[in-house]
Amino acid sequence: MLTAIVIVPLITALLLALIPRNFRFVMRLLSLAATLVTLVLAVFLLLRFETGSADYQFVVQRSWVESLGISFYLGVDGINIGLVFMAALVGFAAACVSWEIKHHEKEFYVLLLVMTGGIIGAFASLDLFLFYFFHELALVPTFIMIGLWGRGEQKNFATFQITLYLSLGALIALVGLIALYVQMPAPVRTFEIPRIIAYFQTAPLAASAQHWIFPLLMFGFGILVSLWPFHTWAPIGYTAAPSATAMLHAGVLKKFGLYGLIRVALPIISDDAVRKQWLWVLALLCLGNIVYCGWVAMRQRDLNLLIGNSSVAHMGFVFLGIASLSVIGITGAVMVMVAHGLLAALTFGLTGYLYNHAGTLDMDNLGGLLKKLPFIGTVMIMAMFAGCGLPGFANFVGEVLVLFGSWKTLPWFVVAGAWGALVIGAIYMLRAVRDVWHGEVAETATVQDASAWRKVPFVLLLAALIIVGVWPRVLTDKIEPSVKRIVTVAGLPTVAVVK
Amino acid sequence: MILEIAVLVLGLGVLLIDLWTAPERKRFLGYGAAAGLLLIFVFSFFRFGAAEPQGAFGGMYVIDGLALFFKRFFLGAGIIVTLMSVEFADRIEAGIAEFYSLITFALCGMMFAASANDFTLLFVAMELITVSFYILTSFQRSRLISLEAGVKYLILGALASAFLVYGIALVYGTTGTMKFAMLAEKTAEFANKPLFLLGFLLIVTGLGFKIAAFPLQIWAPDVYQGAPVPITAFLAVGSKAAGFILLWRVLFFAVPQVTAHWTNLLIVVAAITILYGNLCALPQRNIKRLFGYSSIAHAGYLLLGVAAMAADVKNVGAGGSAILYYLTGYLFTVLGAFLVLCLALRHAEAEDISSLAGLNQRSPLLAAVMTLAMVSLAGIPPLAGFFGKFLLLKAALDHGASNHGFYCLAGVAIIGVVISLYYYFGVIRAMYWSPGTTDTGPMRVPVIQRALLYVCAAGMLYLGLFPNSLVNLTLRTAQAPRGVSITAK
Repeated sequence: MLTAIVIVPLITALLLALIPRNFRFVMRLLSLAATLVTLVLAVFLLLRFETGSADYQFVVQRSWVESLGISFYLGVDGINIGLVFMAALVGFAAACVSWEIKHHEKEFYVLLLVMTGGIIGAFASLDLFLFYFFHELALVPTFIMIGLWGRGEQKNFATFQITLYLSLGALIALVGLIALYVQMPAPVRTFEIPRIIAYFQTAPLAASAQHWIFPLLMFGFGILVSLWPFHTWAPIGYTAAPSATAMLHAGVLKKFGLYGLIRVALPIISDDAVRKQWLWVLALLCLGNIVYCGWVAMRQRDLNLLIGNSSVAHMGFVFLGIASLSVIGITGAVMVMVAHGLLAALTFGLTGYLYNHAGTLDMDNLGGLLKKLPFIGTVMIMAMFAGCGLPGFANFVGEVLVLFGSWKTLPWFVVAGAWGALVIGAIYMLRAVRDVWHGEVAETATVQDASAWRKVPFVLLLAALIIVGVWPRVLTDKIEPSVKRIVTVAGLPTVAVVK
Repeated sequence: MILEIAVLVLGLGVLLIDLWTAPERKRFLGYGAAAGLLLIFVFSFFRFGAAEPQGAFGGMYVIDGLALFFKRFFLGAGIIVTLMSVEFADRIEAGIAEFYSLITFALCGMMFAASANDFTLLFVAMELITVSFYILTSFQRSRLISLEAGVKYLILGALASAFLVYGIALVYGTTGTMKFAMLAEKTAEFANKPLFLLGFLLIVTGLGFKIAAFPLQIWAPDVYQGAPVPITAFLAVGSKAAGFILLWRVLFFAVPQVTAHWTNLLIVVAAITILYGNLCALPQRNIKRLFGYSSIAHAGYLLLGVAAMAADVKNVGAGGSAILYYLTGYLFTVLGAFLVLCLALRHAEAEDISSLAGLNQRSPLLAAVMTLAMVSLAGIPPLAGFFGKFLLLKAALDHGASNHGFYCLAGVAIIGVVISLYYYFGVIRAMYWSPGTTDTGPMRVPVIQRALLYVCAAGMLYLGLFPNSLVNLTLRTAQAPRGVSITAK
């Protein structure tokens, strides 16, 4: 089933490439169908997942490059099951909002499907090589989509900036991963992540090696997730990207770096000095995300730049959770990853809708739109509440867990983080709500509220946010055992999640 | 031996048949030449199991797994280049038959190079390649730039040959032998003799010219820009690979003990070559010149593999297989790209990147193959270039623990990759989204060239998606025992 989830979008992409470009409707239908099938399968996966077990489930393994020990190896545990589901949901939503694309539809849908398949593949991979391979597969369409279908005057600059930044991050991470691989003695070398971790559990990596491999992974993956101060590509890139790309990248693909940190980087650092030193650096940098980028977001007048910066700020919480190296903190981090994925997809989808109808996202030129766009406005306001961490939405659960989990090890960081999230976040979100949706009705063209069909992706994303928000155990119970295993591997006493 | 003889006869045959062919049909001789090469290529799979390395001419010529691998590589490149030349024929005023046969002669030289196990054969093979290329480079006699390229190549090539000969003379003078197998036995006692080392350094310098490694890369951009498109392609693939097989033979068959001490030198040269090629490619507007610089950068990546081999001369498997894999991927990628150039620049006055504008509308196939090629050269999955770079990086980092220089080299390599993304994506951008395209008429792609484009695209994808079989083959080839048994009688 897991293989099907990954393969269906990729096969459909191949199929689309063979269809003549005049059949636009067929292409849209096919990509919708493919992502829908993926979503349905992912929901089944989530339902059939055996909660409470820390083992990998739905494991598929086929040999790929025998001589190097590379295999096509997929599987999910608590950490990635939520991400796979979230990726499938966002993939479907992104296909839904792609109606805005008016030229070169064929190429767009091919790239969109490749991206979706690549993302899900990256999250489902248990083989280090495959993991990286799928990520790159998804990353390259991002660049092309921004360059070709992007909007705004800064399009070219944004394309090159995002390309160079993310490629550099990915390559640094690749060097880190290969360096990790060659640390194993030749006879036991393998690319299978579970076996790598098991190996380093029995024969810990030399402290000197940890001292340089972990930073490589931390900064490599960190650049991919817009770790401060390597975040400047994110707001500009998302402003220039077409909605579907921004949704998939900000929502899902970006989480790859965080996932890599949790899955690969944390279990290998067994040395206390390394942990103290580098996790402290990580915690310090994540304050840059939470406080500084939140501050920057307050100053934005463009709605997309505001959301882009706030999305960078939210990543800070995940880093904080990871840096705490506690079960609660990391569980919260995974939770934030899922919640923020849904939220980012929702907000970028909505701003895309707004941009296409109002022709601008400049908050000075918008106002009083709630009257004209009751549905879009309501959903957007709810999304913004979720963004400030209001209880009832999934983000709240994740952020609270992160703050609780980090209190013991990093109390001052929690204080600063709470300020950043609850105060600064509330200021810019509420101000945006006031400027865009309330107040004087600006003379912005003829705007139309979404038709029933256009509402589908937004309703689905919002529903997922709320369901997880009011019933967090649907995910936390799955995440916790797997996180516990990782924290145990990293050698810390475990503390149970507060229920 | 029979393969080289067959290729030589084929070349002479083309020259002969030319005498009885009507002028307007001469270009079709290329199909005959390509068919002949294809036959030889297929034949090479039947006759040669080559379980045991075999020698000829008293061990001067060796046929082992490595030689066979490269011979097939060169034959494959030769077939595609010859077919590309047929398409290019109307841009050559006179002597198209000679053009084909010179390609065949150069190919023959490369195949000899693959088997060179003696400095004499090494020199002869290298001269055969280079002299053929002098003529081929300046074949478009009415184009000033083509003549200029030919002259530059001649002068610098002659200089490199002089280095090579001088070096060979010094090595022969100190050791009294030219045979690699005997040198390998004697190296230990000469390893500290400055004259011997100087000679050896001069030889490597001469070979560095062929692969366009820093500081002998000066000729590459000018010659790549001036030469006819198929010849540029052949230079980029065939000539470079020939340089690498010769370097391989000299470094790891003749004097492995010396090579082991030169790891740091190789690391430094590789790093500078990577940076130089990539940085200089950034401002280029002429697409062939851009390829010239990018080929320098790729020589740097391949040298990274050579350095990794040198770090452990007893076990060259990882680095060697990475080089072989990278070259194979490079073959499909570069030939695909040049095939597109050959077809797309047919009517273009200049060979600027901007003349590719709107290619997407004119011929989606050409634009798609070019995009694949650029993405593969940049080293992005799921294409061949990515897996090649992955193997190279892995081989380099493998030795990082014993020699920290490899970590720096890996760092330089990834910086190079990031820089290269800029100009490779610039080409893609020109094809897909550049405003102000004037000519949007559909472009004709003849059947055979279309098939070749599919072959190149399939090769890039296959090597990227299903690397298993080729990795096994290259590992076997690179790890095979040296031809030490073939000592002189």
